Amino acid sequence: MSESRTHRLPLVLFGIYLLLYGGFIAINLYATDLMELTPFAGVNLAIWYGFGLIIAAVLLAFIYGVAGSKANDASDADPENGEVSQ
Amino acid sequence: MIYEPSVLAVLVFFVFVGITLGLSFWLGRKARTSEGYFSAHGQIPWFINGVAFAGDYLSAASFLGICGMIAFYGYDGFLYSIGYLAGWIVALFIVAEPMKRLGKFTFADALNARFDSPGIQTAAGLSTLVVSVFYLIPQMVGAGALVTPLLGFPQWVGVVLVGVTVILIVVTAGMVSTTWVQFLKGSLLVIFSAILTLMLLARGFETAEGGADGHKLRTLGPFTTETLAEKLAQSEATKQWSVVAANSAWEKTPFVRLKDEEGAVTVWKKEEKQGGEFFLTEAQSLTKTPDGTILVNGLVKGKKKGEPQLHPVGHVSKLPGGKKKTGPLGFLSFFSTLQESEVVLWSKKVVKEKDDSVTTVYYQKPTPGSQVLRPGEHPRFKGIRSNDPIDKLNFLSLMLALFCGTASLPHILIRYYTVKNESAARKSTIVGIVTIGFFYILSLYMGLGAMTSGSIDVTNSNMAAPLLARSIAEWLFAAISAIAFTTVLGTVSGLILASAGAVTHDLMGQLLHVKMNDAEQVRVAKISSVVVGVVAIILGILFKDMNVSYLVGWAFSVAASANLPSLIMLLFWKKTTRQGIIAALVVGMVSSLGWILLSEDTFTKVYGLDAEAALVPFSQPGIVTIPLGFLVLICVSLITQPVSSSAASSD
Repeated sequence: MSESRTHRLPLVLFGIYLLLYGGFIAINLYATDLMELTPFAGVNLAIWYGFGLIIAAVLLAFIYGVAGSKANDASDADPENGEVSQ
Repeated sequence: MIYEPSVLAVLVFFVFVGITLGLSFWLGRKARTSEGYFSAHGQIPWFINGVAFAGDYLSAASFLGICGMIAFYGYDGFLYSIGYLAGWIVALFIVAEPMKRLGKFTFADALNARFDSPGIQTAAGLSTLVVSVFYLIPQMVGAGALVTPLLGFPQWVGVVLVGVTVILIVVTAGMVSTTWVQFLKGSLLVIFSAILTLMLLARGFETAEGGADGHKLRTLGPFTTETLAEKLAQSEATKQWSVVAANSAWEKTPFVRLKDEEGAVTVWKKEEKQGGEFFLTEAQSLTKTPDGTILVNGLVKGKKKGEPQLHPVGHVSKLPGGKKKTGPLGFLSFFSTLQESEVVLWSKKVVKEKDDSVTTVYYQKPTPGSQVLRPGEHPRFKGIRSNDPIDKLNFLSLMLALFCGTASLPHILIRYYTVKNESAARKSTIVGIVTIGFFYILSLYMGLGAMTSGSIDVTNSNMAAPLLARSIAEWLFAAISAIAFTTVLGTVSGLILASAGAVTHDLMGQLLHVKMNDAEQVRVAKISSVVVGVVAIILGILFKDMNVSYLVGWAFSVAASANLPSLIMLLFWKKTTRQGIIAALVVGMVSSLGWILLSEDTFTKVYGLDAEAALVPFSQPGIVTIPLGFLVLICVSLITQPVSSSAASSD
């Protein structure tokens, strides 16, 4: 992974989460009744979306962790690359 | 409610505290240098540090406050869980690695890495102190609230007990022992919360007519205003009862007071039906008379089992399909069943009479499960269901402060210095997110479980989770209470250490130019820890009636407004100057503090004044003061660009 992509990745992941979080707040503020719908298994959207935000945070963190490890491995293999995160 | 100290709970509690202190003394041998004291020599393994993040972060507000809010109001408490976890995304993707790369001991180090400015160090040190003290108050209040039911001590004893224990932990070994205490507590909190949730699901729901003490809540009627006295006299159970005439304090309330055959005055809520008829549902009342006597449901409050006390509450009144019991439930069927059920929640109303006696009436509020599981029912989140744009802004502002606050909390930020490099900082944040996220998912189950457990104390929402555990098993109550207490210990240790670092390193070293060698730095830090600890004890006693999660909201707002703009702009805007950072820190801190002190919430809950007297339009400052911090930083930085070359300044 190139250094610029390594630098960009956390910002992209942050942007994705920001959209999800912003969507949750927007629905709460402007389409409140949507949160009462029960789209699956009799559980309402408020709970699905809330759990979804927590699980999304964990998934995005793992993606970042795996990408970061690969980048570290690459920089270890190529000393000229230096410390990726610096 | 009267809490009878359980021998098992007390034993488990002291074993926990004993182990914590023993661990602290044993590890204390390792910390002799300032680097060891403040940052554990950067040698904490990333996994341990990650779980310690959870131990540091899952404070009294998370465990006691959120579960309590869900138990009393439903889904809205979970909004805090969502906001608190979202903040970790900012910490992971934006703050974690640069913090590790730039700093050494404190948050101020990182901000000052490029400038070497005493002004930045001082302003950031002050901001650390202010945020830490704000965050300390609710932890101490939570500790007091816990110790009363657990050990039977007054609130102030609990506060002093936590204060002294924490001071011992921090003074003995600094960051090393604090980290291990937090690791221990973080692990136990998540494991026992998972056990509690599984036992809760295995128990399922059961309909009831009252709480766990077996008292069946009565409903009388139907009546009309004219036939009330007559119909009471006709019934065998109430034939000797009489209606207490409503005076000016009671006539505008929805309550009717009845005097029974023993002379006790009980309060009943009118449930209006069609055709002018109404039923009376049994309420509970707590009266403080001018001479200091406390009456419970019209009788002098007792001190022992069997004597007058408020009944524990919270029950399911209807299950889907008219069932009486569900049996074990799955992770999803728990919610789908509740969605189709009816739960009896409790609201309260305060009635002040002319003779200065004050009665708090707790009354039943049967609520459909679908309403319990939707957002917008708690007064703090009324913006969700309100058409008033100010209310909506208030909600948006709180969610913004929660999102931005985590990555600005000094006691969280210093944990990045306890691992050896940026990769370890990143990995430990990921472990923290997984641990904290898992706990927050459990918080919804525990809160709703407490709501329907028949064990809720209507006067104390903070006790919902421990009382839920008691409704399942005494040993679980003992363990959960002890863990809740160590929860407070872990967070308070981190906060005191962050404050001690700020005093020693940022304020004395930079502001007062006191030159200290390594041993002197550690000594000053230990003295600072004692002083901050004592201040926290005093504030914890003074603020004992304040809501825990409300106070934490203050700390998040101040942290996000004062610290985040500087941190973000330093990392992402090359034209940031030291003057810009100092201005943003000061303006963010002063404006958010000022806003809070002038808000409706503070006017009503702290000063006891009318809400209309508040000088700012809504209570949560974040949406104004966070952007203000950014704006001030940009303006001041642009004005104070070095004359020689902007390119040079960016380095």
